Amino acid sequence: MTPQQIKILVVVAALAAIAIIVPNTNSFVILLVTRALTFSILVMSLDILLGFTGLPSLGQAAYLGVGAYMTAILATRYQFGLGYDFCLVILFGLLIGAALAAVFGLLAVRATGVYFLMITLALGQCVWGLAYRWNSLTNGDNGINLRVRPQFGIDLANEVTFFYLVFGFFALSLLAMYVLVRSPFGRSLTGICERELRMRILGYNTWLHKYIAFVIAGAFGGLSGVLWAHTAGIVSPENVVLTTSVDALLMDVLGGAGTLVGGVIGAFIVIGLREYLSTLVPWWQYVLGGVYVLTILYLPTGLIGLPERIRQLRAGSNAANAVLNVGAKTGRKRYDM
Amino acid sequence: MDARFWLIQVFNGVSYGALLFLVGSGLSLIFGVMRIVNLSHGSYFLLGGYVALSVIWTTGSWVLSLPIAALAIAMIGLLMERIFLRPLGFDPLRQVLLTVGFAFLFQQAALDIWTGNNFDINPPDVLTQSVAIGGIYLPLYRVFMIAVALIIGTILWLAMEKTRMGAAVRATVDDAQMARGVGIDTSRISMFVFGLGAFLAALGGVIGGAFLGIYPGLDFEILPIAFAVVIIGGMGSLGGAAIGALLVGLADNFGKALFPEVSYFTLYAPMALILAIKPTGLFGRE
Repeated sequence: MTPQQIKILVVVAALAAIAIIVPNTNSFVILLVTRALTFSILVMSLDILLGFTGLPSLGQAAYLGVGAYMTAILATRYQFGLGYDFCLVILFGLLIGAALAAVFGLLAVRATGVYFLMITLALGQCVWGLAYRWNSLTNGDNGINLRVRPQFGIDLANEVTFFYLVFGFFALSLLAMYVLVRSPFGRSLTGICERELRMRILGYNTWLHKYIAFVIAGAFGGLSGVLWAHTAGIVSPENVVLTTSVDALLMDVLGGAGTLVGGVIGAFIVIGLREYLSTLVPWWQYVLGGVYVLTILYLPTGLIGLPERIRQLRAGSNAANAVLNVGAKTGRKRYDM
Repeated sequence: MDARFWLIQVFNGVSYGALLFLVGSGLSLIFGVMRIVNLSHGSYFLLGGYVALSVIWTTGSWVLSLPIAALAIAMIGLLMERIFLRPLGFDPLRQVLLTVGFAFLFQQAALDIWTGNNFDINPPDVLTQSVAIGGIYLPLYRVFMIAVALIIGTILWLAMEKTRMGAAVRATVDDAQMARGVGIDTSRISMFVFGLGAFLAALGGVIGGAFLGIYPGLDFEILPIAFAVVIIGGMGSLGGAAIGALLVGLADNFGKALFPEVSYFTLYAPMALILAIKPTGLFGRE
C-alpha cells in the first residue's frame, strides 16, 4: 500500500470508530463530538483557503453566521425547515454561504498575505456588526433561540439521531473537499499557494481559481452554519464575532493546515479542551494557549506533522550516532549496519 | 437635531478618535516596520487598564498608574518580540498566528489575576468636571483625552521626523531590506517599535478605561476598531493613523447616533472597500 492509501485507511478507521463508539457514550460526549464535527466543517472550509490556496482568512465565521442566522430566522419566523423542508434549508445554507463569499470574494481575493487577512477581518466584522445591531432581524445581542429541531420521519431532537445526521454531513463534506483538493483544480490551487507568479506565467487564471476556492469555502461555511444553529439551539453575534474566526484559524494551524483532517484534529482538541478540561481545572486556557504557541514555534506543519517530525529527529540522531561510531572505531569493519 | 446636537456629536467623535489614535498609531508602526498584524494589540490595551487598576488600588494614585502601566506593558511587548516573534524570522503569517496565541494567554492571565468583573478606572476629581464652552457643557475628561493624543502625537511626530532613530524607523518602513543594507539594525528597530506600540496601547487602556470600563472581552472588541483606524489611515504612517482615528471616531459616533441598526456596518464596510481599492490605506506609502 502506498503511504497515501494508508492515510486514507487511518482516516476511514477513525471515522468508523467515532460512528460506532460515540453513540454508546453519555450525552455529554455525544453533544461534544456533535459540536466538534459541526465546527470541523467550517475549519475544513478554511483549510481549503489557508492550507491549499495560501489565503489566511480571518473572517470565516461570517459564513457560519449567515447559515446559522438564516436557519434560525426561517425556523422561528416562518416555521420553515422543521420538516422535510429541512433538506431545502441545507441547500439554502450552501447557497447563502456561497453567495456571501461571491460578493466578499470580489473585494478580498485580489489581496494577498496579511492584506487578505485584514480584508477578510473587515468583511467578517461587517457581518458581525449587522448581527449585533440589526435588532429587528437578528434580535441583537440576545440572539435567536431555536426551540425545536426538524422532524421528518426521524426525530432530530434525539441526540443520537442528530449526531448521525451531523456525522453524515461531516463525512460527505470531508469526502467532497478531499476530491476537490485532489482534482486538477485542487492541484492548481496548491500551485498558486506555492508560487502564484509561476502559475500565472503558465497561463492559469489565478484570480478565478482563488475566487472559486473562496466561494466553495463559503458554501461549506454556510452548511456548517445550518448544522450549528440546530446543534447549539441558539444563534447569537457570538457565532460571528472575531474570536470565532480566530478560533477556526487556530484549530486549522494547530492540527496542521493543508491536510483537511489536521483541522478536524485541531477542532476536536480545542473544543475538547474548552468544554471538558474547563470543567476540571480553571487554568485550561493556559494549556490551550501553550500548546498553540509551542506548535507555531516548533511544529510549523501542525500536530499532524508530529510523527513525521519525530521520525526525522530519530533519523537525524541515528545518522549522528553512525558518524560517531564510525569515528570511534576507525579501521574496524562493521557488518551490523 | 439642532446645531448643538451636531457639535456635541463631533466633540464626542473627536475625543473617541483621540483614544483610538493611541491604540492605532502603535499598531500602524508595528505593521509598517515588521509587516505583521499584531493580534495581541487589544490585549495590551486591556492589560494596561488592569495594571493601572492594581496601581490605583495599592497606591491610590491615578497619575502614577499611567506611566507604570504603560511601561510594564511595553516591557511585555519587548520581551514578546525578542523571545517569541524574532526566532520566527521573517515569516509574517506565523508571527501573526503567534500573536493570537498570546492574546489567548493574556486573556486567561487577566481572568486569573483580576477576575471576570467589570471595573471602572476613576480619574481624579479635577478631570470629572465639565467645562462650559459657548453654552455647551463638555466633560473635561474628554478634553483631557484630546490633549493627551495631541501631545503624544506631537512627540511621536518630532521623534520620527527629527531624530536619527526616527529616520531609521522610517527607512525600515519604506524598505526593510535596503535599511539593513545600509547598516540599520532593523531587528533592534522591530523590538523598539513593538515596545512602543505596546506602550501606547496600554496608555490608551488606562485613559480609555475611564469611560469604556475594563472587562474581559474588551481586548477583542477594541482590536478590530484599531484595525479600522490603521487601514483607513494607511499602514506605517503616523499622520495616516491620526486621520484614520479621527474618521473612525466620528463615523462610530454618528453611526450610533443616526443609524443604530447598521452602525458597525457603516464602520467596517468602508474599511473593506478601502482595502480592496487601495490596500495601503488612504494615506499610506506605496
